[in-house]
Amino acid sequence: MKAIVAVKRVVDYNVKVRVKADGSGVDAANAKMSMNPFDEIAVEEAVRLKEAGIVSEVIAVSIGAAPCQDTLRTALAVGADRAILVETGAEIQPLGAAKLLRALCERESPRIVLTGKQAIDDDANQTGQMLAALMGWPQATFASRLAIDGDVATVEREIDGGVETVEMRLPAVVTADLRLNQPRYATLPNIMRARKKPLETVTPEALGVDVSPRLEILKVSEPPRRAAGIRVADVAELAARLRDAEGVA
Amino acid sequence: MSCLILAEHDNSTLHPVTAHVVAAARRIGGEIHLLVAGDGCRRVAEQAATLDGVAGVWLADAARYADQTPESVAELVAARMAPHSHGLAAATAAGKSVMPRVAALLDVAQISDLVGVESGDTFVRPIYAGSALATVRSSDAKKIITVRATAFAAAGTNSAPAPIESLAVPDAPGKSRVVSRRLNRSARPELDAARVVVSGGRGLGSAENFHALLEPLADRLGAAIGASRAAVDAGFVSNDLQVGQTGKIVAPRLYIAAGLSGAIQHVAGMKDSQVIVAINKDPEAPIFQIADYGLVADLFDAIPALTAALGRTGDGGRNP
Repeated sequence: MKAIVAVKRVVDYNVKVRVKADGSGVDAANAKMSMNPFDEIAVEEAVRLKEAGIVSEVIAVSIGAAPCQDTLRTALAVGADRAILVETGAEIQPLGAAKLLRALCERESPRIVLTGKQAIDDDANQTGQMLAALMGWPQATFASRLAIDGDVATVEREIDGGVETVEMRLPAVVTADLRLNQPRYATLPNIMRARKKPLETVTPEALGVDVSPRLEILKVSEPPRRAAGIRVADVAELAARLRDAEGVA
Repeated sequence: MSCLILAEHDNSTLHPVTAHVVAAARRIGGEIHLLVAGDGCRRVAEQAATLDGVAGVWLADAARYADQTPESVAELVAARMAPHSHGLAAATAAGKSVMPRVAALLDVAQISDLVGVESGDTFVRPIYAGSALATVRSSDAKKIITVRATAFAAAGTNSAPAPIESLAVPDAPGKSRVVSRRLNRSARPELDAARVVVSGGRGLGSAENFHALLEPLADRLGAAIGASRAAVDAGFVSNDLQVGQTGKIVAPRLYIAAGLSGAIQHVAGMKDSQVIVAINKDPEAPIFQIADYGLVADLFDAIPALTAALGRTGDGGRNP
């Protein structure tokens, strides 16, 4: 069975983003870009399913401008077999991304779609669930363990207050949480090999998908800053402050 | 305008986050209806009916909703949205699983983690782990929203409960099945509802230290326990205690951060706390930049001393 794994190119996890002075967005012009960390985990899981003989082919998909090819090459270097870039300069929101992925699912007929539970730029946490709904498939979000036996996926999910185990019949969408696995690093020979793997480019228009944004970003602003606090000298002073100034007994 | 709110519950008790979602809906305006989907959950509907500002409660009480799987609940919510302009749920694991499906079924966008309401179509939400706030305007006929509970003070209760109306529920096989739920039971307050949170990081060094140092302090303060991602990854505590961008978002009266550096991703989950105390032996730790009170000290001395100092006050000071 085929697996599709959806990966997004985002401002690197370690970059502290700044809001542009004109309030039009964040300044990501020269920022280091990387694969969304949750998507790295999704790629790793898909590759492990292939290594376990459960999945026959891993197809990495990314949506965005030409530099997203780098993100796809990273996925290929850790073990994806081929890649599809849906190339567009337009702003793509989760519903648009889910519709593009639906078009590719209809073309490729994967039995499972893996992706990160959220992207660390817009923090939306929507695309996997939207794709599942559009396909009429079951979903397991926040996955911390995935086992596939025949046509049934058993997934442990991180929920508020604990862990839930769900069973669902494939095809299905699984979104990766932090503890699903520890992604491997791409080795130099594999990075070289990845350059020769197939990378196809399509467009939203060619897929017949309307990706018009539904949300207009009017303004991006800095959150209110906390006023600077004070350093206390010792535990006694801290306890006194909490008691007297804050009313904490 | 009118709002439909998906109630969060475990078939017996309405979760407190729902009262915060009602507060957000009141900011949007219009009539507010709650939808309670579950199995044997009439009591939840009765609790929901007492929330201030609620005009009515729809009760979908059927075996197929026993586990509230997102596939079945999303279909129900989408079908019930016909007369409503806004559909809301809490931005919890459950709400985040259901509402994007609802939005996709209705072919509309979803607005995640609402923290501010400007008007019926313009909303504020955090992006980049809360490093920025985006004000967005929806052009869709229906707005589907998850609400960050900490951004809205909970709605109160009303002595005249709203009417409850039962919905006829068609029977249909579910797309997924919950095999088990393993909840970590604790006598402590729930992390996202606690007045005081004591959180630990990698600086505690081990699971044993984490519990031995932080539990007595949490006991003393009636606090919930939280943790940084590093502490969870190191296996000190279970994942459901993680505070941060991808864990719980908390805003207690007092947040004590012990032995955690204050990574952006952690700060995203606690920076709206009223009072933040940071205890760390590294004076350069970024957590001090957002702390109201910072103490540079060795945790292994400071935490037991603080526990003892606060204890003496509690025993002998105010309540002789």
